[in-house]
Amino acid sequence: MPDKKLKRVDIIFNEDCNCNEVLTNSLKKSKDEILKEILDSGLRGRGGAGFPTGLKWKFASQEAEKEKYVVCNADEGEPGTFKDREILTRVPLKVFGGMAICAKVIGAKQGYVYLRGEYQFLKADLEKSLEEFHAVLKDIGFDFQIKITMGAGAYICGEESALFESMEGNRGEPRNKPPYPTVSGFRNKPTVINNVETLVDSFMICRIGSQKFMELGTTDSRGSKLFSISGDTPIAGIYELELGMALEDFVEEFGDGDTKAVQVGGASGFCVPRKKFKETIIGFEGVPTGGSMMLFNSSRSMYNVLKNYVEFFEEESCGQCTPCRVGCQQLKKGIEAIKKGEKSASYLKTLQKLAETMKVSSKCGLGQSVANSFSSIVDNFKEEMIY
Amino acid sequence: MANTVNIKIDGIDVSVEAGKTVLDAAKKLNIHIPTLCYHEDLCVAGNCRVCVVEQEGVNNLVASCAIPAQKGMVIHTNSHKVRNARRHVVELLLSEHNADCTKCYKNTKCELQDLASEMVINEHMFMDLVPDKNYTTDKQSPSIIKDDSKCIRCQRCVRTCHDLQHVSALGVAYKGDHMKISTFFEHPMYEVVCTNCGQCVNRCPTGALIEKNYLDEVWDAIYDEDKHVIVQTAPATRIALGEDLGMESGSIVTGKMAASLRRLGFDSVLDTDFSADLTIMEEGTELLTRLKKALVDKDTSVKLPMFTSCSPGWVKFLEHTYPDYLDNLSTCKSPQQMFGALAKTYYAEKKGLDPDKIVCVSIMPCTAKKFEANRPEMRDSGYQDVDMGLTTRELAVMIKQAGIDFQELPDEKFDSLMGESSGAAVIFGATGGVMEAALRTAYEIVTGREVPFKNLNITAVRGMEGVREANIKLENVLPAWSFLEGVELKTAVAHGLTNAHQIMEAIHKGEANYHFVEVMGCPGGCIGGGGQPIPTTPEIRRKRAEAIYREDEGMAVRKSHENPEVQQIYREFLGEPLSDKSHWLLHTHYVKRKRV
Ligand SMILES: Cc1cc2nc3c(=O)[nH]c(=O)nc-3n(C[C@H](O)[C@H](O)[C@H](O)COP(=O)(O)O)c2cc1C
Ligand code: SF4
Ligand code: SF4
Ligand code: SF4
Ligand code: SF4
Ligand code: FES
Repeated sequence: MPDKKLKRVDIIFNEDCNCNEVLTNSLKKSKDEILKEILDSGLRGRGGAGFPTGLKWKFASQEAEKEKYVVCNADEGEPGTFKDREILTRVPLKVFGGMAICAKVIGAKQGYVYLRGEYQFLKADLEKSLEEFHAVLKDIGFDFQIKITMGAGAYICGEESALFESMEGNRGEPRNKPPYPTVSGFRNKPTVINNVETLVDSFMICRIGSQKFMELGTTDSRGSKLFSISGDTPIAGIYELELGMALEDFVEEFGDGDTKAVQVGGASGFCVPRKKFKETIIGFEGVPTGGSMMLFNSSRSMYNVLKNYVEFFEEESCGQCTPCRVGCQQLKKGIEAIKKGEKSASYLKTLQKLAETMKVSSKCGLGQSVANSFSSIVDNFKEEMIY
Repeated sequence: MANTVNIKIDGIDVSVEAGKTVLDAAKKLNIHIPTLCYHEDLCVAGNCRVCVVEQEGVNNLVASCAIPAQKGMVIHTNSHKVRNARRHVVELLLSEHNADCTKCYKNTKCELQDLASEMVINEHMFMDLVPDKNYTTDKQSPSIIKDDSKCIRCQRCVRTCHDLQHVSALGVAYKGDHMKISTFFEHPMYEVVCTNCGQCVNRCPTGALIEKNYLDEVWDAIYDEDKHVIVQTAPATRIALGEDLGMESGSIVTGKMAASLRRLGFDSVLDTDFSADLTIMEEGTELLTRLKKALVDKDTSVKLPMFTSCSPGWVKFLEHTYPDYLDNLSTCKSPQQMFGALAKTYYAEKKGLDPDKIVCVSIMPCTAKKFEANRPEMRDSGYQDVDMGLTTRELAVMIKQAGIDFQELPDEKFDSLMGESSGAAVIFGATGGVMEAALRTAYEIVTGREVPFKNLNITAVRGMEGVREANIKLENVLPAWSFLEGVELKTAVAHGLTNAHQIMEAIHKGEANYHFVEVMGCPGGCIGGGGQPIPTTPEIRRKRAEAIYREDEGMAVRKSHENPEVQQIYREFLGEPLSDKSHWLLHTHYVKRKRV
């Protein structure tokens, strides 16, 4: 049973934070001290995969190569998610600060913000903040520069290795892994790539200390996180909540009283039906999320919900690997045929097996995660798929 | 050993060099893992996913072609999970595929078909997606047909064109369900930078990229009583044709090839090697003339280095990419085109044939030769000099169609007049061969002595290194060539257009200072041509090259200027190299082309 109650937190946007002071003080610490703080905090990536941030930095710091990079992933392509935009609008210096701290740990001199194409309008303000930031670094005598690179406008470019390809001027297609970015990332050099929010968390951990951060959340999911809450809710918006809450409490707070399912983690996440709200924990030990929480009430057709997701993937797959490119097309055509009665209900089984193959054999996280929404919706709302 | 990794595959221990993949390790154990996007010549893509295997302790399957062997890995190549996934992958590919095998050029020679057949697919698991697609076929190029409905999007062609050929005529366009292999703005291949080299065709696992075949046209000509059909065969066909007819790579089948052509019904069975020797006479003389103009007359309009011009893929590459260097190209036509022009003039005259009734067919290791034969410049005889260019592969098809037991054929000789050749002509087929042949002749013209290499083998220009250089010092030259006394002739050789690009950049930046540069458009030269038997791999190229040099060493005449028929044609018809008649029939000019 989850013991965490829903708790609102104010770390990310907290305004009593003198960023320049925090930056100056943090960079005075040795790289080992900083790394220890981040490792101790138990922070895990906020971009979706949840990889321990301290470990990522540590791996990159151990690489002998001189040329290294820090990249901030601000591609934010998940439909219904706009938390990174909010961060970049309100507290850009915290993001840059997180990058500088990371640069200190791994030994990078150049950083990049890969900014979603649609966020072009943020660029001018970001450049302004960057001037202030670079001036502070100059005062301290810390050799690190950040540049803003505009994204190519495809969802797949948020995937880290496709993002590097895109930054290098190539088509955004995910690479084979290994090697991982900490060994061979941008320009095939050791690179730390973190989500916008992860970088802010790192920065704030340097300010408040790992101890304070760890007081929030659970063993597997330390700290708090931003949630983009949308769908059938009277109070849609962005909220910072402690990790590890029960979905039941969440729905109580944000639902409209008639919530039948919550899609946790967007199109690539899981659909949790009402009967499982109680036992479901939001966090890495339960159902993780990059931030998107979409509520559906009983007026929604889950068939349409699923079809939208599958269509999204069918279009946004980079198209290079077979299971994902063709699998998505088959899933879509398949559920349509079942709905129309052109295929029997038993074809759903075939499709679920296909989704499983996509999970285990696709080249990147996109194809691997299609089964999450597909299977969780089909399993829980089978009747809606057929009739 | 420090640099080896031990892993276990299907219960068997194996150790491989660090950096090798699981697929490499499995090969070492003779465990066959199916692959589609993987090709030995290319960087790893890891996109088809048909090679997935199970790694103990890892939830997802891993692509064996892409994953490096790591200490302690335990791999299963044939588990339930693997079989399911592989079956799904092949089914998915088929669902997007216009699998009309009986009317597909690659029928029985297709890697997708092989896999499907291995899996014994009775009924399709998934729905047919082909009706939802707007697949198109581009048939406009005289060399290559691109049929998108047969494409499995493995990107072998893209990697070939970009990495091996530095052309990038093909790329990936769109994403998701619309993702396809495309040219610049989907223009026909004919209108873009494509050099027609056919390297992509040679690597395409399916029928999506194939040569345009002229089988029916050739059969029709053969059956036409009214026509005299002459066939010529390029140097590199005789060491590769056997591969498509059940023989080992590296088999020399010159005699059997001549015999089969006669049985197919060609009226004259002749040899492009003859005109290769002629090329050396013309090109060697052209080089010496350029050198004289540059060194003695101080004529600055003369362009050096001089580039060879026998590879039509290379010529078109230069026309698109470095049009400022067209005057550096030797004006000599390729041996195929010299042959064609002479077939309808000299040969016709000598044999009392009406050139109007002559059909000239060439058997080439090359798909670019089809384009070359169709160039408007190539009509100096008053007719299209070469009517149809076939690949080595197409000849193999004709031999099979005719029911000929190729391996049991006796060795026969080429017909006379334009059928005689030297070893120097044979080695045209391998990278460095034209250079070596030219040096054997030019050195002797200038010094009166044979090239100072054991058995005439100029090993410095041989091999598979991408760019090779060789300098030869000219000493004690004959009086007529005194201006070359002490000159160090600087030469270079490149094969594959990526290496050609590299050498061009060096020349362009003034970092390289050559007199003479041989470039072959295909990796390994013509032995690795786009029209050669599939597969062509580094190992197979090596074997074919060995065969070429074996053939050369076995020939009685090793130098082009000693080919008796070459001597005869100068005596009776052309006069001397670079004569007016030579210029009319054997030389050409080039055109500037757009860079898209
Ligand atoms: C299809 C796909 C899209 C992704 N899009 C984003 C994105 O928009 N923003 C992001 O931070 N991470 C995205 N990721 C995750 C990144 O690959 C990467 O894991 C992340 O940037 C690492 O940062 P973190 O460790 O701070 O979470 C995406 C992954 C996939 C597979
Ligand atoms: S899983 Fe999808 S998005 Fe990822 S590489 Fe394959 S086709 Fe591209
Ligand atoms: S490409 Fe292969 S599978 Fe497709 S139709 Fe041709 S032979 Fe058949
Ligand atoms: S054209 Fe051939 S080589 Fe190119 S992607 Fe398609 S199947 Fe592969
Ligand atoms: S024929 Fe050669 S140049 Fe043309 S697309 Fe194929 S590989 Fe590229
Ligand atoms: S052969 Fe390995 S993924 Fe295609």
